[in-house]
Amino acid sequence: MPPTGLRALARSIAAPVAAAWVALLALSTFNAAHAAPISVKDDRGHTITLADTPRRIVSLLPSLTETVCDLGDCDKLVGVDRFSNFPARVQTLPKLGGLDDTAIEMLIALKPDVVLLGISARVIDRLESLGIQVIALEPKSLNDVQRVLGKVGQVLNRQDEARRLWNRIDGHITQSAASLPAAARGLSVYYEVDAGPYGAGSTSFIGEILTRLGAKNILPPALGPFPKLNPETIVRADPQVIMVGQRNAAGLPQRPGWQAIRAVREQKICVWAPAESDVLVRPGPRMSEAAALMARCLRDAAAGPVTWPTAPFNAPAGGMR
Amino acid sequence: MLAMSARTAIQLAALLVLCAVLMLLGLSIGSTGFSPWTDNDPTLRQILWDIRAPRSLGAWLAGALLALAGAVAQGLFRNPLADPYLLGCSAGASLGVAALNFLVGLSPPATALALRIGMTGAAFAGAVFAVVLSLILARGVEQSLRLLLAGVVVGVVLGSGAALLTLMNPDILRAMQAFMLGSTGYVGWSAVQVMAMAMVLCLLVSLGCSRALDALTLGEDTARSLGQRLTLIRLLLIGALSLATGAAVAQCGLIAFVGLVAPHLVRSWGPTTHGALLLLSPLTGGALLLAADIGARWVIAPQELPVGIITALLGGSYLLWLMHRRKSSLGGAR
Repeated sequence: MPPTGLRALARSIAAPVAAAWVALLALSTFNAAHAAPISVKDDRGHTITLADTPRRIVSLLPSLTETVCDLGDCDKLVGVDRFSNFPARVQTLPKLGGLDDTAIEMLIALKPDVVLLGISARVIDRLESLGIQVIALEPKSLNDVQRVLGKVGQVLNRQDEARRLWNRIDGHITQSAASLPAAARGLSVYYEVDAGPYGAGSTSFIGEILTRLGAKNILPPALGPFPKLNPETIVRADPQVIMVGQRNAAGLPQRPGWQAIRAVREQKICVWAPAESDVLVRPGPRMSEAAALMARCLRDAAAGPVTWPTAPFNAPAGGMR
Repeated sequence: MLAMSARTAIQLAALLVLCAVLMLLGLSIGSTGFSPWTDNDPTLRQILWDIRAPRSLGAWLAGALLALAGAVAQGLFRNPLADPYLLGCSAGASLGVAALNFLVGLSPPATALALRIGMTGAAFAGAVFAVVLSLILARGVEQSLRLLLAGVVVGVVLGSGAALLTLMNPDILRAMQAFMLGSTGYVGWSAVQVMAMAMVLCLLVSLGCSRALDALTLGEDTARSLGQRLTLIRLLLIGALSLATGAAVAQCGLIAFVGLVAPHLVRSWGPTTHGALLLLSPLTGGALLLAADIGARWVIAPQELPVGIITALLGGSYLLWLMHRRKSSLGGAR
């Protein structure tokens, strides 16, 4: 193509594009007459600009759902993922599936101003190509939770509440730690996430709370957040306390060689009921509760054998997260 | 009973030595890498006796069972790509395990029931169920091709059932993944006993049928004219194949490729009768899986790789190399 042709082509493209921009700017200034646009950089590094504080929000991550509600905007949620079950009022909202099988049509029909979800959600690209504003966040460590709270606060235009909420979570964890008697500090702990065995490492948010409570995690930071272990590792480390969810607790003392572990011998295995597991595995506002639960376990273990839950294991249908 | 050629005897001895060496290595590799037993450490002695010994022996037995099942399957179906899972065993076992995990937490009685059956019981029951289903679909054992097709269909259907249950309750995803990739981490002495008994029984049955398998290589009509009672033999062999596979899968999950590759390895060392193949394959498969288990423990200790990933890598690369080397033997040119 000759250069003149190129120039003509560029001109012919530029004109409608410029017109569109002018229209867009006109629209946004019209909107901005009673709202300032919000600009947020999400955990993918994308900058998302919202013309106005969102009125219709979809959250596809339980911890983000809890964060939105805790910041006082529960009534703006119009849809959530399959696992969001707290606070109770979100249970009546449309359920839009999970991370891998999100119900896109249903979601679009809800006309959300913004969708909050985890960074690994498969649905991100599809939603963006359909013109939906997507903010992907990844709360993994305590620092992440603080950052994610700030971002959600920005989106909702509730920066002050977000700061206050983080101070509250942080304060509660510190309080839980301070409430422990001397005997309950410095206990060595193995926290089992799954019977693989997968443990919670020092760098996971669960491990970080344990560290704040003064417990000694048997897994060194080098192993990462949730390593799959050789069962021998745990037998060798000989933890004084084991924390495990009720789904994986059955049969744990009977695993080959595990009778030699102090926590098994002295019956210091804390078993989480399903509702407690829910609190413990979500890096969100209820981390203060998680810290209190772990502190309770450490206190009980320091005092003597820990009793297992008497209620039979009864998880909600469709699983929990 | 078996007139053994000198070559087979040498191979047998070499494999036995290899297995013994691997077993010693297996006892010395733990969560801290290489840590052989020294007299003055009671904790280590206990770990060795309670964890490493049954685990190593269990990995060897599971590999041997799968390899025996693979050798039987390849001989019976006269198909070099036959493996222990060809009658839908693996999908059936997955469905059993998925159903069990699904039951846990559904309601108190369901949970109690699930805990009573246990993972191994569910996997074994699922595997047996799949074989029976394949036999019913194929209307018995008379037609090999029908049986193979029935196995494929049963595998697909039961596999999708397991996938559906996993989708309905994502809590069981990790447990299912561990089962699908195979795991030798929790093999204890009771599991070793079960697999050892299955091994003895299946080995005796298949060795008893080895002459018939030799005759079968010449074609079904020839085998019949040589006086082999093919229907009875087929039933016995399918029984042995299913028991061997079910026992291994129930204790260690779905371990890939060992059953397919071990008989090929043995055959690549020279022509053998089925009698020799059925003795050498289990030793080879045992060595393979034990080596893979040692690798799984050692590579990123104290973390662990799923053993099935290592067997798939080893077995897959070997099979590719074999196909590259001998195009004709694996159906390249007929």
